[in-house]
Amino acid sequence: MAATATALDPRSGAALEKLGRWLDNRTVLSVLFMFPAASILLVFLTYPLALGVWMGFTDVKIGRPGIFIGLENYISLFNDGVFLLSVFNTIVYTVVATIFKFGLGLWLALLLNHTIPFKAYVRAFVLLPYIIPTVLSAIAFWWIYDAQFSIISWGLSQFGLIDRYIDFLGVPWNARWSVIAANVWRGIPFVAICLLAGLQTISPSLYEAAALDGANSWQRFRHVTVPMLMPILAVVLTFSVLFTFTDFQLIYAITRGGPLNATHLMATLAFQRAIPGGQLGEGAAIATAMIPFLVGATIFSYYGLQRRKWQQGSQDD
Amino acid sequence: MTDAAKDAAMSPAAAISDSTGMGYLQTLPRRLVTVYLPLSIFLFVLLFPFYWMGVTTFKPNDELYNFSNNNPFWVRNPTLANIEKLLFQTDYPEWLLNTMVIAITATFLSIFASVLAAYAITRLRFRGAPTVGLLIFLAYLVPPSILFIPLATIVYGVGIYDTNWALILTYPTFLIPFCTWLLMGYFKSIPYELEECALIDGATRIQILLKITLPLAIPGLISAFIFAFTLSWNEFIYALAFISSSEQKTVPVGVLTQLVEGDVYHWGSLMAGALLGSLPVAIFYSFFVEHYVASLTGAVKE
Repeated sequence: MAATATALDPRSGAALEKLGRWLDNRTVLSVLFMFPAASILLVFLTYPLALGVWMGFTDVKIGRPGIFIGLENYISLFNDGVFLLSVFNTIVYTVVATIFKFGLGLWLALLLNHTIPFKAYVRAFVLLPYIIPTVLSAIAFWWIYDAQFSIISWGLSQFGLIDRYIDFLGVPWNARWSVIAANVWRGIPFVAICLLAGLQTISPSLYEAAALDGANSWQRFRHVTVPMLMPILAVVLTFSVLFTFTDFQLIYAITRGGPLNATHLMATLAFQRAIPGGQLGEGAAIATAMIPFLVGATIFSYYGLQRRKWQQGSQDD
Repeated sequence: MTDAAKDAAMSPAAAISDSTGMGYLQTLPRRLVTVYLPLSIFLFVLLFPFYWMGVTTFKPNDELYNFSNNNPFWVRNPTLANIEKLLFQTDYPEWLLNTMVIAITATFLSIFASVLAAYAITRLRFRGAPTVGLLIFLAYLVPPSILFIPLATIVYGVGIYDTNWALILTYPTFLIPFCTWLLMGYFKSIPYELEECALIDGATRIQILLKITLPLAIPGLISAFIFAFTLSWNEFIYALAFISSSEQKTVPVGVLTQLVEGDVYHWGSLMAGALLGSLPVAIFYSFFVEHYVASLTGAVKE
């Protein structure tokens, strides 16, 4: 196949042919084909990324160009209690939500991997929370968490478990748990469906062999399922951590960072300071402060991918 | 369609799992407790918010705010007042139209760019193609939350602030990387020999793309299309930051920012807005579940 490709000498015969032949020049065609995607990504992704980092070092405000002020934004942020609280919230939110998402998601995937009736329909319904616009389902959660008319409070009080309605969104830790629950609810389907795909590639004969060797169900899970699932788990984990860490819409819809900034994440704080607050430079600095965490997650993903290829024994294509 | 066909659509290796494995060793009572019971609880929790959304939409206000005389899980006197208020007293129809126009345009734009890019990377194999492929994957990992502030200044500078174009041109920043990555996987699975035959028969590269590669990659194109459409429909932070006038908003932003008047939450209309905004995606999804699952898991496994 390489021979065919190299046989397309840019000049041979091209002079005689019309446009179609000229386009067969791989270099010309490559440039032409890459142009739409590359130009959009360079203008609206790469450039803003660099601009954002730069803006973090300036005091630009809405309607006023900024000047370079070095690390002043970062210094003031490190003495800013609200920012430090938002970092704390973001880490708590990401770690707790991820643990629950993966615990419950793996469990759901294992359940779905059984032979069950109407499996395709069950799987389709399971994925619903993932495809419905997050903000719209977040509004439903907002209503479910309402202080006066919460259906959860009503249900619990009917069973006599509580005598006063729970103030889900009015107390800092309640609010944190509430938004984490909503995030877990939204994240489980993605994790479960991806892990289910991973589970389905594990050959049943491995389990049978393990069972013949006397492994009980926990040992089969620990020594067959987990290692076989590890590569895909690493990738899904990276995506999940990345998108939970930079989450914005769920918080903005349910609490807008309240009460007392207890649920402000770095993304929501950056938005609040930059757009309604007008402090573009400071907002950009907060957003830039997320980058080191994201780079860490990406490197993790890279090694996850490498490991998968190595495990399958396939050549890198 | 049978279960087996759906599984086969997901992954070729999935065929193995259709043999029951060691499932026959489990007795029915045991399966009830270890499989069906937890699965029902999962389904209940995952679907309850949608049920609650639907029930609230059709409740008149006296049932909505009075649980003691009514069973909150059911509607006694269903009403369309909430939907009527939404459709005729707010800009909701405009939001719906905006969202539709933006989602479809951004999707077509992204798929066009992605098809060309994915073909160039996987088939033309120009120098540095693998690096470009990796860079595109990395671009997918850049979240909108860190881009929206500089993008807001760019959008403002270009003069498209508060127009549909602000979103049509920025949504491809996350759609193109995803679609390109997805399509690269599909293009790689098409045998190279088919293209060689066409080359020998005198086809140009563009003819090959249009007449051989694309028809063979149709499942991939459908997956990319529905995924891009759903992602654009769900997008929130750009739509919130780049649009200010009510009639230019998209459904998620409009419902959240325009339906709340001060401290008064019209829960009925809010839920109606959420329900109506979810329906197009849900209907769309129901037609293409297998493609959806395939693209989701395929993109992760690549």
